[in-house]
Amino acid sequence: MAEYITVLVFFLVILVFVLGTLFLARLLRAQKYESMKKDTYECGEEPAQAGLERFHVGYYLVALVFVIFDVEVIFLFPWAVHSKSLGLWAFLEVVLFIGILFLGWVYAYRKGNLEWK
Amino acid sequence: MNTLFYSLVLLAGILLVVAYLTWLERKFAGRMQSRIGPQRVGKPWGLLQPIADGAKLLVKEDIIPQATDKTAYNLAPIVVILATTLVFVTIPLGKSVVLVDLNVGVLFILAISSLALIGIFMAGWGSANKYAILSAMRGVNQLISYEIPLVLACLVPVILAGSMKLSSIVLAQSKVWFIFYPFLGQIAFLIFLVSALAEANRIPFDITEAESELIAGYTVEYSGMKFAFLWLAEYIHLLAVSLVGSILFLGGWNGPWLPSGLWLALKTLLLFLLILWIRWSLVRIRLDQILALSWKVLFPLSLATLILAGGWSFIF
Repeated sequence: MAEYITVLVFFLVILVFVLGTLFLARLLRAQKYESMKKDTYECGEEPAQAGLERFHVGYYLVALVFVIFDVEVIFLFPWAVHSKSLGLWAFLEVVLFIGILFLGWVYAYRKGNLEWK
Repeated sequence: MNTLFYSLVLLAGILLVVAYLTWLERKFAGRMQSRIGPQRVGKPWGLLQPIADGAKLLVKEDIIPQATDKTAYNLAPIVVILATTLVFVTIPLGKSVVLVDLNVGVLFILAISSLALIGIFMAGWGSANKYAILSAMRGVNQLISYEIPLVLACLVPVILAGSMKLSSIVLAQSKVWFIFYPFLGQIAFLIFLVSALAEANRIPFDITEAESELIAGYTVEYSGMKFAFLWLAEYIHLLAVSLVGSILFLGGWNGPWLPSGLWLALKTLLLFLLILWIRWSLVRIRLDQILALSWKVLFPLSLATLILAGGWSFIF
């Protein structure tokens, strides 16, 4: 537990540094109000529509595939640490597990989920 | 009290090194393009350039556009810099020169550094700008696509060393560095390098920043110190990648004659220069090519490498 207190201390040091620098910048910087400055940047033109528009559905599909495989990758960590002592059976089980993962990958590939359309 | 002191030293060290890495990159880019690079500020070789840049950004006006989501917009640089800097708490900088040697080191580094993508998306979404949101969507897409090959490649040293502690991984390489394991080491290192480049949004994977189409991507609405932090976080991430890469694959601080810290620094510098070399030689590739490389090539390849590593650790 004491180890994670050190992590927390380092976290707080970074946080204080970042917030302190932002505060220092607030004290030092020039600030000149002008209404045009508050416009959203769009190559000097007036912004055409709202900035937050609908986005391509392909991003969503990639995220779905990622969630499926990433969760399974987490299960490999405990085996990876103890692979030497666990021996042949554990290795064969992991091969089987990765085989099933690979089948899922083949399915996604055949379905065309890995293509960008 | 000691912890606090060493934390401050570590943070100051990171910032100093990263400041001069930006200088190095500019000098290197200059040489690659037959220019001289920065030379005016600080007489020999423009050595004071990073400090001048920092001072300039500190006094720059902070412009927050009307349309932004203020909370996300203001929090984003803080989240990004916290996520990229916090990993250094467990990265050893030499033999027993480490703040805290966590027994879940590799997992901790992977988990914390991938939090930066939340910050990047906050920056893009909070800016409410078309370029920024496009860049943030692409960034998240690319980061999650390369997350899995990166994790699997980092698992190979873990399997070979039988530990996630970074110091134990270095210890396991005292005879042979992991990159010299036939086939296994080279393939794993290659997957690690390519995925790490993509995670760091470097050329050839820099579609998130693509100057010629997205201006500067998710940083487009930022100015002053907030911009500086987003930009700094990129270089901090690059430093972390070079350090972790040389610890996991290049034998860390193992090497003859020289002191341990110097060896690690040399390997880190070498890896950083390799990344710079790639950046200033290659061109940007398209989004569909980036996704295809990750999902159709690197993912099956990294699964195969993992099985190979498992078999290796089991047989030898």
